[in-house]
Amino acid sequence: MYAYDDIDRTLVNERVAEFRDQVKRRLSGELSEDEFKMLRLQNGVYLQLHAYMYRIAIPYGTLASNQLRRLAHVARRYDRGYGHFTTRQNIQFNWIKLAELPDAMADLAEVGIQSMQTSGNNMRNVTADQWAGVAPGEVEDPRIWAELLRQFTTLHPEFSFLPRKFKIAITASEHDRAAIKIHDIGLRLLKNEQGETGFEVLVGGGLGRSPFIAKTIKPFVHGHDILSYVEAILRVYNQYGRRDNIYKARIKILVHELGIEKFAAEVEEEWQQIREGVLKLDEGIVEDIRSRFFYPAYETQPAMPDELKQAAHDPKFEAWRKNSVFPHKQQGYAIAVVSLKPVGKPPGDATADQMDALADIADKYSFGEIRVGHEQNLALPHVKKRDLPAVWKALEAIGLAIPNVNLVSDIIACPGLDYCSLANARSIPIAQEITRRFANHDTANLIGRLHINISGCINACGHHHVGHIGILGVEKNNEEFYQITIGGRADEGAELGTLIGPAVPYAEVADVVEDIVEAYLALRARPEELFVDTVKRLGVEPFRERVYATR
Amino acid sequence: MPLVKGGHIIADEYVRVTDDAELPAQGAILVSETRFLAGPDALVGRAGGKLGVIWPNNRDVDDLVPYLDRLALVALVFPSFRDGRAYTQARLLRERYGYRGELRATGQVLRDQFVFMLRAGFDAFEVKKQADAEAFTETVKRYSVFYQPAGDGRISALHQRLQLRHSESAGL
Repeated sequence: MYAYDDIDRTLVNERVAEFRDQVKRRLSGELSEDEFKMLRLQNGVYLQLHAYMYRIAIPYGTLASNQLRRLAHVARRYDRGYGHFTTRQNIQFNWIKLAELPDAMADLAEVGIQSMQTSGNNMRNVTADQWAGVAPGEVEDPRIWAELLRQFTTLHPEFSFLPRKFKIAITASEHDRAAIKIHDIGLRLLKNEQGETGFEVLVGGGLGRSPFIAKTIKPFVHGHDILSYVEAILRVYNQYGRRDNIYKARIKILVHELGIEKFAAEVEEEWQQIREGVLKLDEGIVEDIRSRFFYPAYETQPAMPDELKQAAHDPKFEAWRKNSVFPHKQQGYAIAVVSLKPVGKPPGDATADQMDALADIADKYSFGEIRVGHEQNLALPHVKKRDLPAVWKALEAIGLAIPNVNLVSDIIACPGLDYCSLANARSIPIAQEITRRFANHDTANLIGRLHINISGCINACGHHHVGHIGILGVEKNNEEFYQITIGGRADEGAELGTLIGPAVPYAEVADVVEDIVEAYLALRARPEELFVDTVKRLGVEPFRERVYATR
Repeated sequence: MPLVKGGHIIADEYVRVTDDAELPAQGAILVSETRFLAGPDALVGRAGGKLGVIWPNNRDVDDLVPYLDRLALVALVFPSFRDGRAYTQARLLRERYGYRGELRATGQVLRDQFVFMLRAGFDAFEVKKQADAEAFTETVKRYSVFYQPAGDGRISALHQRLQLRHSESAGL
């Protein structure tokens, strides 16, 4: 955990006071809606179909139990008793009143969480591997750097009015859980030959209507240069990124139009001017940030405690453990993922009661810490293995021991037409129907790892391009249709999926998914071959045939 | 539009001269970049008074650099409050090219941009609304801490913490 100090607290409180004044001026008519729109967006406030939506940042996905309780309080006091976790380590509340927003913001500020730059054309919440600091084999904890970047990007005097939104993600593991290749800037932490920390810097990834996988702009930028290098990228983008067309304004288009070599040369020229300047990080500054991260005092624990051996006789527990429990860097500890994808429910939602209960479980069994991942699931990052049976029981009691992590029903979906004013089609009911079709745990297990991503429009908030199966809602003659892609992935081998054929109507989507899955089961070389690997080996043709033969 | 400088609403001493109008013999003048670049030497050599240039946000400030020490005013433009290119131009003029004259924000300049603009190096503001101009002093006090260093000389939080730490360890 990063602990706020007086400086952080002062800044957040000053932000709340500023926003309170802005809301007051809007309500009195002093600010027009056009003027206010930009200000509210800079504070995470959208106007949706039915109400204002409020998006709160969970930087690098790390949340303390008291913060989760406060989110539960906001859900209860100002919303309808639930919240929605997003793909970028944010939580959204969908029914908030404008006049009450400053109070909600002030309540959150008391526990060190805020909503600055969670929307608008600025640098968004810096995200990271949700298992940062606990994943085995990690180079080092990337959150130190994510925090440095969070501070650097917050209320930046030059880059708060960019051509378009700007997202940075960071990972320090070989397996990329932060989807860095679909970000405007992706950072992969690594060591050089001298053992010094630095980053492979990727740029220009993103989905939306023109999807691109990020390209490497520089294979190694030293840690002490990372802020100046990021500033150089942003300075080039702020000056030359397109502002004439909202759909061509992201940095990926600038990189694409200039070509990565030309873009890299522009950045290099700018960087050489500033790299020895005020942004250079000396070891003292990095150490100071590092010193304000708290790490649990792990105990010596057996690798295979008796409690776990006994619980192994319970098939329900075993199903959950095998699916949702992951190795920890510390012997005797484990990472327990908490799926927010119950059958028939909207993906990523949690009720206030569930949040409170989960905060209690975290206090008792996970050093008071919770993680939020881009798959819209949560995790308890430091559970003693001997406590796993107790954690499972506690999760069962609140309906959150759902053994479908990484399986076909662990669906990523945007809010879609049920909430969003941009959407062309519904996402949540599609997800709900698919989870019902694959509700049988044994079937889902037989299928194995399979990520389904659903977006209700081309803006791609559900990351459909990089779903193993991607589902995109479009509108045809006032009816909801869905384009289906397969073979996408968001990890270190990121790829965009391929369209399998014409869009299908709402009522047929779940059938098509079932057909694709059946085709995979028949086509895979062996049970261990993942769906994406079968698609890679065979191409989309056999799947297309199967789906469209009878349509 | 009211002009704010040094925290006060003041009268604008500059006269905006259109591209085809004759230059007044006396007094401070403000010209477009087109007029300026058509004959910069004559303009910077004019004896009658100070010179200012309105520089658009889609042209590199590099073209202005050779003349900076002879300009009393550079006016940068915010065609919309959403368009942030002039923040970069301002920082480059101040921090890279050492421009010390008046740096004026023009166009859609609203209260809620003041702090960003000050930090980017602006010291004069043609404010769209009278009420915003009157609220200038109060508005710029909104923030007392800043996370990142910029050219305005304010200490960043990163360095402030180090100073606190040093003074603590020195027993001060």
